[in-house]
Amino acid sequence: MILRTFGFSEFGFLLSALLWTVVLTIIALSGGGVVGFLIALARTSTQKWLRIAAATYIQIIQGIPVLMILFLSYYGLSLAGLQLPPLVAAGASMTIYASGYLAEIWRGCIQSVPKPQWEASESLAMTRAQQYRYVILPQALRISLPSTVGFAVQVVKNTSITSIIGFVELARAGQLINNATFQPFRVFIAVAMLYFVVCYPLSQLSRWLERRLHARSHH
Amino acid sequence: MPEVIIENVHKSFGSVEVLKGVSLTVEPGEVIALIGRSGSGKSTLLRCINGLEKINSGRIEIAGHTVSADPKQLRELRRDVGIVFQSYNLFPHLSVGENIMLAPKIVKNIGKVQTRETAEKVLQLVGLSEKFDAYPDELSGGQQQRVAIARSLAMQPKVMLFDEVTSALDPELTEEVLNVMEQLARDGMTMILVTHEMSFARRVATKTIFMHQGKIWEEGPSKQLFGDPQTPELRQFVKSDVK
Repeated sequence: MILRTFGFSEFGFLLSALLWTVVLTIIALSGGGVVGFLIALARTSTQKWLRIAAATYIQIIQGIPVLMILFLSYYGLSLAGLQLPPLVAAGASMTIYASGYLAEIWRGCIQSVPKPQWEASESLAMTRAQQYRYVILPQALRISLPSTVGFAVQVVKNTSITSIIGFVELARAGQLINNATFQPFRVFIAVAMLYFVVCYPLSQLSRWLERRLHARSHH
Repeated sequence: MPEVIIENVHKSFGSVEVLKGVSLTVEPGEVIALIGRSGSGKSTLLRCINGLEKINSGRIEIAGHTVSADPKQLRELRRDVGIVFQSYNLFPHLSVGENIMLAPKIVKNIGKVQTRETAEKVLQLVGLSEKFDAYPDELSGGQQQRVAIARSLAMQPKVMLFDEVTSALDPELTEEVLNVMEQLARDGMTMILVTHEMSFARRVATKTIFMHQGKIWEEGPSKQLFGDPQTPELRQFVKSDVK
């Protein structure tokens, strides 16, 4: 057997796999964003049963490893006769994972809008939906930006876990190339660098948003 | 027919009874000042009138509406009853003009041109026409409070409630807010205000109500009430304020 060396074409393969990491992150954040937003609304509802249901969902998702969500949707559903392609299983699992955390982050942001804002808008005869739409959510959104972008960094890194079910994203591509070249040091440094190149600007963006938020609130 | 009828209202927070059977009627155009020590129940009474606090028993009618727990009925009531708070509570992400136009637009479905006209009118009334595009955090406390009054007025309420609206302001800013309120009173607005400004109550309020321990302790035409207090509690209260 002839060992390949880690060269341009191998690096190109890593780059194309990085694209799948990014795609998976986007699926997780948009899917998890929609579900998480609805859960956050339920969590701050005036209906007690909705609050309890949402809190339970968040506790369950945060209380189990992403890996279990992944196994359950990939192996579990295939036992039930539903054979999900790796991308679908990976996308669904990351969506569920992200929704549990985004819901909790955003619940905190909604609740950090001062209570008098609710009272003032309520006293102007707005419906609850109008209060959310025009008064509470615009303020919560601004508060949520730093922590949401910060969480996106976690999602980028955690997509690596989907390599376990054979989804070829950046981490899985690294393993494959290492198997062919047996140059683990070079290969995984390259993989780590690529993760860093994506995550570092996001972290900086999050910190910048955080500083801007504080600068404005002391204004 | 009275604009506000309050009948034997009781209100408790947990085991603490803060309103112990309060009754009061307010005629259209009257200005009622609620005075008393902190904890006497005056702010709670005001907040019960527009349903921000739920009463335990009794009855409140205002501008033809009955205060109830039903959200839809409460919204009907609040279209006709404005309230201004101690902490202004402007919406910080909206400009002054947007703060004022928001509720008329989305609650009353009034068109753009007309809401803008109304907003300019009420802003002129509080003397802040030039601040239409400013943001709340660019204004002084007194200016913010005047915008809050304008925001309430834009809904064209029949009754206005004021909850210690000058308590957070420096003396020189207090004056500009009180002037706006005095103007409103002169224009015939029915007003109920919780206040610590005794000279203002005396001068502007048609009737002053002294609350003590969750009850109306003493009430009467303002000049008479301040000039000749009947109970030792009110005498003590008026005296301590002069000092």
